[in-house]
Amino acid sequence: MGLFHGDDPHAHTVRTGGPLRVGIGGPVGSGKTALVAALCRTLSDRLSIAVVTNDIYTTEDAEFLRRNAVLPDERISAVQTGCCPHTAIRDDITANLDAVDDLVERFADLDVVLVESGGDNLTASFSKGLVDVQVFVVDVAGGDKVPRKGGPGVTGADLLVINKRDLAPLVGADLDVMTSDADRVRGGRPVALVSLREDPAAGPVVDWLLAELEHHRVHVAGAAPAGAPHARA
Amino acid sequence: MTAPPAGVAALLALADQRLPSGGHVHSGGVEEAVRGRLVTDGPSLRAFLHRRLLSVGRVTAGLAAAAVGLTAATVARLDAEADARTPSPAQRAASRAQGRGLLRLARASWVGPHVDLAWADLGARPHHPLVLGCAARAAGLGAGEAALVAAYLAVTGPATAAQRLLGLDPVEVAVATLDLGADVDAVARAAAAVAVAATPPSGWHAVPDDGDPLLDLLAERHAARGDRLFAS
Repeated sequence: MGLFHGDDPHAHTVRTGGPLRVGIGGPVGSGKTALVAALCRTLSDRLSIAVVTNDIYTTEDAEFLRRNAVLPDERISAVQTGCCPHTAIRDDITANLDAVDDLVERFADLDVVLVESGGDNLTASFSKGLVDVQVFVVDVAGGDKVPRKGGPGVTGADLLVINKRDLAPLVGADLDVMTSDADRVRGGRPVALVSLREDPAAGPVVDWLLAELEHHRVHVAGAAPAGAPHARA
Repeated sequence: MTAPPAGVAALLALADQRLPSGGHVHSGGVEEAVRGRLVTDGPSLRAFLHRRLLSVGRVTAGLAAAAVGLTAATVARLDAEADARTPSPAQRAASRAQGRGLLRLARASWVGPHVDLAWADLGARPHHPLVLGCAARAAGLGAGEAALVAAYLAVTGPATAAQRLLGLDPVEVAVATLDLGADVDAVARAAAAVAVAATPPSGWHAVPDDGDPLLDLLAERHAARGDRLFAS
């Protein structure tokens, strides 16, 4: 970009090039880490993937991924969030950006970086400075009212994943209510109703991710490298 | 009404804990102090903050003030002075991590610190007070202001961490910080005076070099833990 920033006064914040950065957020226990593991298992033979985890005590989720050997250790990075997982993905994303930058530096061929948030509440969402697209994971056992309650994660995420669909009859949740509420509050953006236990390959989420990656490659990664800071002094 | 001096708004922004430069994941030793029951309540937090101000606060204030006059030719020397005053490898890593975060923000805000220094001259992971001094210079501030921000952050970072870890009354924590105000001022003034009087780079040996083995030890013990909430 050099000296020319076009009409955008904040061109320096628009990242071009590099891997697709995918945020994966959602309440505690909804299946974020299980989804990350599923995506890595399904895609790591055809894509170069790395993961950044943001857990309460640093290493719990990273250890889960290592134990399950879904990725080599050096492709998994754990970030400390100072008791505030939400701050670390939205308000001050520095620690996560540093982790992503280090992974990009280490693996020049990266296609996708998955940034998994610490378990949070329905108001959690990722900064656009950290991720290109974001997935919000809720689960059927959390109650079928969750999509109707909304919140930035449910309404704003690029993909809403409703996990544990197999549990619906056991917890008295109405899947039709969940999906129709979700459609209403999300203005038609995609919703994936899944059971990672019954479909460990996370088929619908993989399809969505591959489409996003294709879009990223065509519209973003092919563009010029990131611009210089604009003059202010 | 007296008009505030030029640059005060930038000074407030640099001292604001919401400044997105990564400070919120660092506790400045408080997490380990809480684990070791050295900090358990308001009074013990006050004692911790005062002690940190008189060691880390003095040193970072002096380095930040000195960094206002940094040139490309003297970066390596001040970096070495910072290392020499930070014996704990964990504290060095924490300082450089926060320097890296502030540098990202500074690059987006200002073309460079001044005509004799580019952001790239600082390297990828400079010590936090060095970046702070350069950012202050870029914002049109001087050594005194840079020292003030450094001394203030030496107190407010751990104060916020303690509030989160112990569930303290936020008003009590804020009052503890405000009560330390005169001490923060004094530390910053003294550190800036030394830095301004020093002829760089050989005179930088006079920059405050107060140490605190307890804080070094807390930092090292903390870094060895697998179950940390904070990065330092």
